[in-house]
Amino acid sequence: MVEFWWSYAWPTIWIVIQILFIVVPLLIVVAYLTYAERKVIGLMQLRMGPNVVGPFGLFQPFADALKLMTKELIIPTGANRVVFLLAPMLTFILAMVGWAVIPVDEGWVLSDINVGVLYLFAISSLGVYGIIMAGWASNSKYPFLGALRSAAQMVSYEVSIGFVIITVLLAVGSLNLTDIVLAQQDVWFFIPLLPMFIVFVISALAETNRAPFDLPEAEAELVTGYNVEYSAMAFALFFLGEYANMVLMSGMTVILFLGGWLPPLDIAIFNWVPGIIWFALKVSAMLFVFLWVRATLPRYRYDQLMRLGWKVFLPASLLWVVVTAGAIVVFDWYPGVVN
Amino acid sequence: MAMLDRNARSLLLLEIAAGMWLTLKYFFKPKVTINYPYEKGPISPRFRGEHALRRYPNGEERCIACKLCEAICPAQAITIEAEPRDDGSRRTTRYDIDMTKCIYCGFCQEACPVDAIVEGPNFEFATETREELLYDKEKLLVNGDRWESEIAAGLSADAPYR
Repeated sequence: MVEFWWSYAWPTIWIVIQILFIVVPLLIVVAYLTYAERKVIGLMQLRMGPNVVGPFGLFQPFADALKLMTKELIIPTGANRVVFLLAPMLTFILAMVGWAVIPVDEGWVLSDINVGVLYLFAISSLGVYGIIMAGWASNSKYPFLGALRSAAQMVSYEVSIGFVIITVLLAVGSLNLTDIVLAQQDVWFFIPLLPMFIVFVISALAETNRAPFDLPEAEAELVTGYNVEYSAMAFALFFLGEYANMVLMSGMTVILFLGGWLPPLDIAIFNWVPGIIWFALKVSAMLFVFLWVRATLPRYRYDQLMRLGWKVFLPASLLWVVVTAGAIVVFDWYPGVVN
Repeated sequence: MAMLDRNARSLLLLEIAAGMWLTLKYFFKPKVTINYPYEKGPISPRFRGEHALRRYPNGEERCIACKLCEAICPAQAITIEAEPRDDGSRRTTRYDIDMTKCIYCGFCQEACPVDAIVEGPNFEFATETREELLYDKEKLLVNGDRWESEIAAGLSADAPYR
């Protein structure tokens, strides 16, 4: 019995506690991201944004959540009930599980696996299934069109994201996310790999279906695309999943290019601040960029989106892979090897 | 050369950077929102809002039941009945305005020879039932007492232009 406790029960409980410590703050961040989005876009449009519920409208996310929870869950007659209900859960779960490998500080990671980047890449690619299932199971034309667009878009931009990640891996020599961050101790990768950083940020916008690439949920054409038929908590799960994906992609950007939890300069004052604060600040800055872009740019046309993905980003990232690899070989900059 | 310029612009994201810079500047600008229930926009002295029946300073009602407002009202929203009072002066016994018919044209105010019926500055008189919008004489007189200072200020501000 004692052995059972120490070898099975306690590790399970400990992991569940750790998961709660990741998921609960994440959900709060996601809730406040919706608030931040409305506030930032409002301010950029010379409005004030939500400011009635609580001080500065700070309780707005809770009001929204309460509203969505008390609404009726409607399942259309023609819908495939199982898939219809599975889709939002899948979207939400996939947005959450990615955080299992994200190191928020040195050693602060649920599972420090050696193929962390690959895992993240796989999880973010799977995200498209939630949308496709929702579009198909709704048995309705706008969700279906939204789902088709989303699938094509995510596949296109994953290709260039893949090449961008390869350049980073070439520079690090490891797929472990902690190693990737530690390799940026001298210089954050967004400086030597600036073009790739920009390609990655723009592809991240496309990958998370954010403006200017929010074609799957284009309000003007598809009413809101794949989630038209959803209501109440099912809709809320899509909403949470989409915003959690934004946070996840921002976290990925921070780890790959902005030095993770490392302070900007290796001096005492900055080193006193805990790493998780730096990580949170960098993720917030990236999220602000997401919102800022949404407030600035109009939506791309579908052919423009495809042109950008296949004719600009793919060759550019491919070229940069070759350039980076070439530079490493020519100048003998093999990562992990001390010259 | 033009092509080079165009390609350089799009490759370096110059246009997008310019747009982002613009939105960032607006992010810090003072906001134009008027926080409505707590703050209100300015209203012209000629504003034609909720109706009111005014009184003279001694408390005597101004309306002499000439029925000019009833006659001019294009929506036929006003109903007046009148008979001589005990002291011999002619007064209304009934003065109703159907606010659901009223088009807020201000003709009644223009027609009135004694400035009795006026449209005041109040525009927040929404009600939960339709019946509450069928105003009678008592309601209009109460409005007049309540808004007298604002109505008088508005009339005197507008007087030089009449």
